[in-house]
Amino acid sequence: MDAIATYALRLGDDSLILGQRLGEWCGHAPALEVDLSLANVALDQIGQATHFLNLAGALEGEGRDGDKLAFHRDVMDFTNCLLVEQPNGDFAQTIARLFLFAHYQELLFTALTASKDARLAAIAAKAVKETAYHATLVSDWVVRLGDGTEESRARMIAGLDWMWRFVDELFVMDEVDAAAIEAGVGVDKSALRGAWDQRIDAVLADATLERPAARRPVLGGRSGRHSEHLGHLLSEMQFLQRAYPGATW
Amino acid sequence: MYTTDLSGKGKGKAEAAVAEDPALVAAFEARVANDEFIEPKDWMPEAYRKTLVRQMSQHAHSEIVGMLPEGNWITRAPNLRRKAILLAKVQDEAGHGLYLYSAAETLGTSRDEMTEALLSGKAKYSTIFNYPTLTWADIGAIGWLVDGAAIMNQVPLQRTSYGPYARAMVRICKEESFHQRQGYEIMMHLAAGTEAQKRMAQDALNRWWWPSLMMFGPPDDKSPNTEQSMRWRIKRDTNDELRQKFVDITVPQAEAIGLTVPDAALKWNEERGAYDFGDVDWEEFYAVVKGEGPVAKERMQARVKAWEDGAWVRDAARVHAEKRAAAKLAAE
Repeated sequence: MDAIATYALRLGDDSLILGQRLGEWCGHAPALEVDLSLANVALDQIGQATHFLNLAGALEGEGRDGDKLAFHRDVMDFTNCLLVEQPNGDFAQTIARLFLFAHYQELLFTALTASKDARLAAIAAKAVKETAYHATLVSDWVVRLGDGTEESRARMIAGLDWMWRFVDELFVMDEVDAAAIEAGVGVDKSALRGAWDQRIDAVLADATLERPAARRPVLGGRSGRHSEHLGHLLSEMQFLQRAYPGATW
Repeated sequence: MYTTDLSGKGKGKAEAAVAEDPALVAAFEARVANDEFIEPKDWMPEAYRKTLVRQMSQHAHSEIVGMLPEGNWITRAPNLRRKAILLAKVQDEAGHGLYLYSAAETLGTSRDEMTEALLSGKAKYSTIFNYPTLTWADIGAIGWLVDGAAIMNQVPLQRTSYGPYARAMVRICKEESFHQRQGYEIMMHLAAGTEAQKRMAQDALNRWWWPSLMMFGPPDDKSPNTEQSMRWRIKRDTNDELRQKFVDITVPQAEAIGLTVPDAALKWNEERGAYDFGDVDWEEFYAVVKGEGPVAKERMQARVKAWEDGAWVRDAARVHAEKRAAAKLAAE
């Protein structure tokens, strides 16, 4: 896969894995309204994944479509960031993960609408509206939980603490990003960090929460070095395709 | 989804003992007989109110519990398109639950009270959800058969006498009809697939057929509330009428995709212009109503766990709202 195809693949993998994780909540959320909204976000992410992965397959030109990419790769070939594959944990941990990611994704997609690749720009233009809603929804929950009860505050702090080591990876640039920028197709993610910090800090302040202390980043997702969690997620997600090779659904 | 009225017998008698102004009752009966909608602020007999709260909350609970068997396959849906469709479908069920709880609340019972009744085992939900979803074909079978049966039950409810319920049903019916087609499309695809997929589809039909027929509730001669509900136009067709209609529509659909309905007694009756079919196992039905369905314990356990695990979240939202309201007041 060349750099531009890989670029699309990474975007698709982020959305796919996050959508898969959020789908785990369906039917089990703390309130009916929350069930509806988490399913909504999951659905948006699965939709984005479908577009990005189909594009990655088309750019690769070897006959793989989004389904082939989603259901027939092993851990080492997945390129999502480590943040999105983290387990749901309790509701606060789920909110922490979505909070950190949704703001990143909104900034990224906003910039990506200017991509010279018309297909990437079109997907981003559609997805950025969805992501803006996710960022608003999840920020409201961070504020409610942070400035709610003692228990919710403690859980929100623990959720952020779990996720914080995976933040830096979102903004790391490598040769794939460099090639995509060179071609006028990709986004300079490192340039998004300032705006992301401002957004996160503003919400945390409203939630009366401290920003977690900087820590040593855990990296590797983009090059297939994942957490132990991803293999289990994939074995569940890919079960039917693996058990019935060659069948269509 | 839909649940028939699964309440015990004889409740009506105690309710009827409450004296109500005969003139008000007569005026109410006349409006209902005239097919007028009854609205939340209108006078209504207490028994009508109670019957509606029972039926609407059972219906809402069925939507919510019904999310579980299908939710069981969201993470394992076989491709991206099926995953998105299933997520959207289960989300629709949550939405239906929400409209129905809201419509039921207009009768003076809060959503929390209704939820409490579900979790304590006091309120019922449709027996169908106490059967497990074992394979992907079950997702097809549920959409095709369970939503298909639900539509039979629900289309007449769009003209039910209580306005908020009837209006909620208009939207719900549109979505259910979409779900039914999606389910049938899954089955079509499996039935035209590999041998293993065909086997999966037939097995799902074998397991879901009879429980689907049970969804219409007990036979008419054993349905304690049917007569009054028909008079009040809360219900517009009898259980047996709807069951027959479902069989007549569904059997040709099974034949069209090469699946066999698991009923040796099934036979087209030229004279009646309808299918004759075998006896439903009512002993099983009543056992499942009583909570003895194969996965009844798992379903209730999942609902109770979601409710209890979520308590701190709901508390936090409430406390936060109070804090903000107090701060706003202080600033004024």
